Amino acid sequence: MISGIKRYLNSYTEAAPLAVFRMFFGIMMLASIIRFWLNGWIEKLYISPKFFFSYYGFDWVKPLGDFTYLIFILCGLSAFFVAIGYKYRLFIISFFLSFTYIELMDKTTYLNHYYFISILSFLMIFLPANAYFSLDAWKDPKKAFQQIPAWCIDSLKFLLAIVYFYAGLAKLNSDWLLRAMPLKIWLPSKYDLPFLGDLMQQEWVHYAFSWSGMFYDLSIPFLLLWRKTRFLAFLLVVIFHVMTRVLFPIGMFPYVMIISALIFFSPKVHHNVLNKISNFFGIKKSKLDNARKLVYQPIKRKISLSVVAIFFFIQLLLPWRYLVYPGELFWTEEGYRFSWRVMLMEKAGYSQFKIVDRESGRRFYVDNSDFLTPFQEKQMSFQPDFIIQYAYFLADHFRKDGHKNIEVYVENYVALNGRKSAPYIDPELNLLNFDDSFKHKSFILPFQDEIKGL
Amino acid sequence: MIKISKFLFLSLFVFAACTSDNGSGEEIGVIENSFDRKAMLANWADNIILPSFENFASSTQDLQEKTNSFTANPSDEKLLQLRSAYEKAYLDFQTVSMFEIGKAEQLNYRTFLNTYPADVSTIINEIESGDYNLTLPSTYNEQGFPALDFLINGLADSDQEIVSIYSSQEYKNYLTDVSNRINNLTIEVNASWQGNFRDNFVNNTSSSSTGSVDKFTNDYVLYFEKFLRSGKIGFPAGVFTGEPSPNNVEALYSQNLSKELYIKSVKSVQDFFNGKYYASSQTGLSYKQYLDYLDSMKDGQVLSNSINNQFNTILSQASNLNVSLKSQVQTNNTVMLQAFDELQKQIVLLKVDMMQALSISVDYVDSDGD
Repeated sequence: MISGIKRYLNSYTEAAPLAVFRMFFGIMMLASIIRFWLNGWIEKLYISPKFFFSYYGFDWVKPLGDFTYLIFILCGLSAFFVAIGYKYRLFIISFFLSFTYIELMDKTTYLNHYYFISILSFLMIFLPANAYFSLDAWKDPKKAFQQIPAWCIDSLKFLLAIVYFYAGLAKLNSDWLLRAMPLKIWLPSKYDLPFLGDLMQQEWVHYAFSWSGMFYDLSIPFLLLWRKTRFLAFLLVVIFHVMTRVLFPIGMFPYVMIISALIFFSPKVHHNVLNKISNFFGIKKSKLDNARKLVYQPIKRKISLSVVAIFFFIQLLLPWRYLVYPGELFWTEEGYRFSWRVMLMEKAGYSQFKIVDRESGRRFYVDNSDFLTPFQEKQMSFQPDFIIQYAYFLADHFRKDGHKNIEVYVENYVALNGRKSAPYIDPELNLLNFDDSFKHKSFILPFQDEIKGL
Repeated sequence: MIKISKFLFLSLFVFAACTSDNGSGEEIGVIENSFDRKAMLANWADNIILPSFENFASSTQDLQEKTNSFTANPSDEKLLQLRSAYEKAYLDFQTVSMFEIGKAEQLNYRTFLNTYPADVSTIINEIESGDYNLTLPSTYNEQGFPALDFLINGLADSDQEIVSIYSSQEYKNYLTDVSNRINNLTIEVNASWQGNFRDNFVNNTSSSSTGSVDKFTNDYVLYFEKFLRSGKIGFPAGVFTGEPSPNNVEALYSQNLSKELYIKSVKSVQDFFNGKYYASSQTGLSYKQYLDYLDSMKDGQVLSNSINNQFNTILSQASNLNVSLKSQVQTNNTVMLQAFDELQKQIVLLKVDMMQALSISVDYVDSDGD
């Protein structure tokens, strides 16, 4: 066993797949940043709001007013330099930092995809993605290697496998499989799709999509790994992600996943890709085909391997943290994020905050649109960590306005996966008596139904 | 293998290019086991919105005529006629105020016609100086029904005194301008529905946030939340400040009109929900039928019944309200707060349950999803 691991860690493979991955990754990230900017989302999401919802422990990460644009510029430039492999280590670090900073500014915009990009770019810091077909390797032959340790490429495959497999596990619940929720809500609203619109009205289609989505997520990593099914699997990847792109407003992510899945193909395929690119740009690829092996210095190797091992250890465990919380995960959302629960539920809420003067009993309601954008209000209304944070913000605001003895209550209704809306937060509790923490939030009322499964 | 994957990529990007973010607004055929959104939009336009605007436009025309005949020859009798035209028009306005889409949205129609309370001291200053421009956004609270209300009900305590004020040409001018502006804006909105906009509206069956169903539903719910719940009940009852402010009621200077306006508004919203033709008991496709269609795929209670029940609860609670909401606030604000609570329950049903069931996202949140 131990010797098997040792042998594996000393095995080598072509660097070409990693180089192709690096280039496509950089280009797609650059495109994402440009798209984000052109859509006006920097202004809309990070500059115009008056208040931002921080991740626990990261309230020091805030948008920087107009300087926020600089972070995006840094992020975009870094992505570009990663793509061409110029000063790779420096720019993948700055990409990771700037991208993660952007994501941490406001958790309203949390998406699993953004989290995926963040951790992927973190992992890439420890991978020699510039060893081959990069500007770094071109300029300095000492840094150019055609062979790299096999784990460098396999770690990317492993991360992708985790994303898919955990997304599949998350679908093993009664709402998804037995009620075809939330697809039963989402699909009929796509009545205007050419060809598919009428199909989307059929109940059997909702079930078919739910079940095939689950089987797809659970099996695709294995189908991609096995040479004989790889091509079929890639075909499925393309079909699946194009479908999601057609049906849902899902941005760049489907393309990122399709391109990422290329990593499973053999080095030969990647050399072909690189040949095409070389021909197009007139690059003499043979100069880089030096057959040199990248052998890490012992210390560097030890650090890289340890970090990657710890990274995967965390990735494997983090999605299970919900098990230590009581109550229904979909309802409380305690341990919901960072767990590849992708497009898994339809949830909406409405919350009316009440500010009460403890001494005089004077009370009034808050108009949320005074403080939050419609998007923020929407996200806040069904997530308890947002609600508690907002309650403290309101208390601060009204204290500054001269109100005294402030208590904050919320009347809050949430509807989950087509169930009738039900009270969510205990309206009798002063939210200021609670703190935001990783502990169970006891002010959440229990879920009045049951969802079976993982 | 490479060849095939190349083909795949090509088709992927062609496919992606064909999928515009905003959908294409394909026509929907009438198929069993399907709901015809286009027929719903047509019902909304042809049987509810257009007739409501036509009726309202004739009311504002009458309002303008009564204004002219009053200013031509001010008398108690003419004042009473003008007042009744004003009341009729204000009530009819409740049947169109929720349709703030298209031309109305572009003009800020509702804001020009019904921003209250009116800024009385500015109005007086402007009348006396003769220096005003009612097309400016800064003059929202110097015109429309609230200003008209002040001009024909609030200038003095007795009708005689009011009539005598209108011997002044400046007052005549301002009153005429306010009436004309209500009528002209209405003519403009009505004309756009009579013209191309009806077809644009009905044919825009896209399911995206720019499609008619999506956009209108947002407007409809917004109307209920901000203009009906907050405007008519919430602000006067002081629910957002803790201080009741009776001067924030709609139709402040009219005797006993505010409750009637409130009830008319609730009924109009409910009738729209049920697809009830304007001024008729016949019904066509609307939210009720749409929800019933979607509900038929699900188990559990019927949402449209819950919503209609809540409308009925709101209306029966309203019977406890004083005919003048102003005196209700002053004498026993609790009844106002009860009205607010019932409206609030309906907002949860409309904004959370209904919008979730219809899979319509809240206003223009166009960022990516998971």
